[in-house]
Amino acid sequence: MAAIEKELAIDVTGVTKRFGDKTVVDAINLSVRRGEIYGFLGPNGSGKTTFIRMLCGLLTPDAGSGTCLGFDVRTQQAEIKRHVGYMTQKFSYYEDLSIRENLDFIARIYAVPDRAAAVQRSLERLGLTHRSHQLAGQLSGGWKQRLALAACLIHEPKLLLLDEPTAGVDPKARREFWDEIHQLAAGGLTVLITTHYMDEAERCHRLAYLAYGHLLTRGTLADVLATAKLTTWRVTGPDLLNLAATLRRQSGVEQVVAFGNTLHVSGRDPARLSTVITTLRDPRHDWQPIASGLEDVFISLMDEAKDNFS
Amino acid sequence: MSLPRFTLHRLWAIVLKEFIQMKRDRVTFVMMVGIPLMQLMMFGFAINSDPRHLPTALRLGDQGPFTRTLVQALRTSDYFSIIHETSSESDAQRLLQIGDAQFVINIPEDFSRKLLRGERPTVLIEADASDPAATGPALASINALANTIFNRDLPGPLTRLRAKNGPVDFRIHAHYNPENITQYNVVPGLMGVVLTMTMVIITALAITRERERGTMENLLATPVRPFEVMVGKILPYIAVGYIQVTLILIAARFIFHVPMVGSLPLLYAVAFLFIAANLAVGITFSTLAKNQLQAVQMAFFFFLPSILLSGFMFPFRGMPPWAQNVGSCLPNTHFLRIVRGILLKGNGLAEIAPELWPLLAFLVVAMAIGVKRYRQTLD
Repeated sequence: MAAIEKELAIDVTGVTKRFGDKTVVDAINLSVRRGEIYGFLGPNGSGKTTFIRMLCGLLTPDAGSGTCLGFDVRTQQAEIKRHVGYMTQKFSYYEDLSIRENLDFIARIYAVPDRAAAVQRSLERLGLTHRSHQLAGQLSGGWKQRLALAACLIHEPKLLLLDEPTAGVDPKARREFWDEIHQLAAGGLTVLITTHYMDEAERCHRLAYLAYGHLLTRGTLADVLATAKLTTWRVTGPDLLNLAATLRRQSGVEQVVAFGNTLHVSGRDPARLSTVITTLRDPRHDWQPIASGLEDVFISLMDEAKDNFS
Repeated sequence: MSLPRFTLHRLWAIVLKEFIQMKRDRVTFVMMVGIPLMQLMMFGFAINSDPRHLPTALRLGDQGPFTRTLVQALRTSDYFSIIHETSSESDAQRLLQIGDAQFVINIPEDFSRKLLRGERPTVLIEADASDPAATGPALASINALANTIFNRDLPGPLTRLRAKNGPVDFRIHAHYNPENITQYNVVPGLMGVVLTMTMVIITALAITRERERGTMENLLATPVRPFEVMVGKILPYIAVGYIQVTLILIAARFIFHVPMVGSLPLLYAVAFLFIAANLAVGITFSTLAKNQLQAVQMAFFFFLPSILLSGFMFPFRGMPPWAQNVGSCLPNTHFLRIVRGILLKGNGLAEIAPELWPLLAFLVVAMAIGVKRYRQTLD
């Protein structure tokens, strides 16, 4: 158990996974501190799920090494499974079992001591007590997510791996879910969570962005924004549709995104962007420099990665 | 303006989509072609309700010329294939008991003498009649044989010996099922068929369902070992299998009045091997099938020969050698012989042993493939 007490919950280098001749995860290095909520972002098919499966012992890396909770990801998969809670992207508990039966089954698999009490505690903490006899298949998306979280916490794991846990869940349930995650992290649990929501990304202690199997950036929110070196201007005024079309044809302009009655125009090279803006200036339009958003940064990173890796 | 009730382009949209999906599901496509072909092969070439070349043991008490004629006639007849000659009665009985011989033909010591004296010697034909369909045509041919067999050997003055009802008295003793009741053969056989059908389908579905619903990934992320999952999934169905065995035995005893000569505990013990073998097949299918439909199709693919080539529906010995070889690879073939042997013939462990080994071998191979495939699906 001493190994688990180490400062880093996840510490891997060069982790690679290939399916056939396709490299799905390419030499990723990642360290996650204990008690940290680590956000994992990236487009669909970027290798997030494959990476998580390697961390929790479902897949063996083709190359690379490292530890998860102090256990070797290549050789000590059985130990890792015992101390990790993994919530799959798709609901993966038994729809024809009741909530209580599902929790009881998982508790038995992990040989949780004093099982009945552990199941009861878990039901209470997640507010599922009054629904405990309902079949899991009859639950709505939000409740299924709560059940899945309860089930992967029942053996008191040291690390929680959550693969898009909030996909298709309403904003209120999402907020409650994140409050729960923050409480768990405060109690010392390490959480690695994948998401496509920018507001959720902002609730993580640190972030990493993955595309085409490569880790493109990582750090705190401020770090990620600072290192991106993306300049963004906001335009308001008439006839933005035509302006957007014109802007997209200019070199130096990477993103033109409509937000209601405004356009956000971003580019990596501030000088070239300024030149473009000067040449297109129209007195009817109001141009203001603004801070780049996380989404702009990620899309910029992805476009850059597309040039480099695909 | 009202919308038309039926439009061809909408119908065509559905038809086209179905064809695309059919093309994507390779296994279903193969099955759609494979199952008719398999049925064609089995019904067209393998199945024969007039089985010939049945293994026959001879017990010779007499070596005279008439005996030689009789043996020669039997040899040239299509129905009997003499596999063994012995003078010992217990030897002959054993061959019948373990099912190596379908018939034992006893030619008495004073055969030639009695024939010449016109005393109509008795030739006892003992038949394993547990499957009336297998023995019927051969026994019918004997009577036709009886009248003409010695016509050449009894010329001129001996013609008188060609008595009205033949010079030889062929007596048929149908063992194990003397009244030729089809149910005595079918009902015990049904045990193997029912177990094959339910055990293979149930396990194939049970594991495929986990994969299809995504619960397998979750299960694999827990500390549970593949072996624990497999055995844990098998055990409940072994119980189900035993319930089926018991139901069939009760029905056999009280509804069909099937004789139960042998030991029921032995039958229950052997059934374990058979149930396990079928469950292992189900697990192997479940590791190959991508969805529950494919699992059912594969189970059907296994079930079809198990019913047609095992000797359940049609006499095993009526089939050509290739079909017998295929049949011999199926656990149901051996289990049928065991069940019929125990219930109808009163066979003990020693007599059923030759059928136990193939069953065990099948179990080991199916289990090994199942476990190996299951492990591979982890990565």
